[in-house]
Amino acid sequence: MADAVFLALTVITIGSAIAALEMRSLIYGSIALMGTLGGVAGFFFLLDAPFVALFQIAVYVGSIAVLILFTVMLVKRELIFKKIEDKRRKFAGIGLMLVFMVALGAVFLDSGIKTITTDEPAPDFRDIGIDFVTYYWPALILMGLILAGSVTGSLVLARREDVENDQRAN
Amino acid sequence: MTSELIDFTLVSVALLGIGIYGLAVKRNFIRMLFAVEIIINAANLNIVAFGRFLPHSGGQTMALFSIAIAAAEVAVGLSLIIVAYRMYQNVDIADFRSLKG
Repeated sequence: MADAVFLALTVITIGSAIAALEMRSLIYGSIALMGTLGGVAGFFFLLDAPFVALFQIAVYVGSIAVLILFTVMLVKRELIFKKIEDKRRKFAGIGLMLVFMVALGAVFLDSGIKTITTDEPAPDFRDIGIDFVTYYWPALILMGLILAGSVTGSLVLARREDVENDQRAN
Repeated sequence: MTSELIDFTLVSVALLGIGIYGLAVKRNFIRMLFAVEIIINAANLNIVAFGRFLPHSGGQTMALFSIAIAAAEVAVGLSLIIVAYRMYQNVDIADFRSLKG
């Protein structure tokens, strides 16, 4: 049975996900996206995964959402408020969404997932740290290299080559 | 905890549906990035939920890896947006046709 906290988190998460995509202003949209990410962090707390929840808040709500907000501010004012979509495509998209939701939901409701419950205690978050430095250490190093590479790559991509160094000083 | 696995799975399905709607309908590059973020979060929620009900700590470890890789993806995506905006002065993906054959 779902409880009240779960229902509240569901409303916040799904409502702000719709708002993030449908609000006219991109700035309010990215603030609504923060609500979605925060709601998912709340679900992680409900799932007894406080470490992942705090990681989600630090990385997603704290850095990614703010990064998106700053990028939105770099875009021209009229583009922030302009909605680019056509009606027929929108109805097709809503149909596609409903087909996905109903089909996947029916499959899940019909499967054995419905009966899975657990009385066992949650996995200890100290196990995650031990896993990271023992079993998953090559993946951890690879992840660090990927992060460094992607950040460097994005800096190189966003660099302006037509501006000379003396112009930068001004 | 009183919620069951199927509840979390259904929330995740709903988020996936909203993300697919966003990717299909929106032509604004930044909104499409929002939709991708929502889909990634749906996947993370599913991974952690299944990890809780096994119960096994591997689910949380995978979710942490996934969050870190998503951060890299957003950094690259946003710099692509900045480059494309500088070239076309627009964020409409219908204008980004220079690779079209």
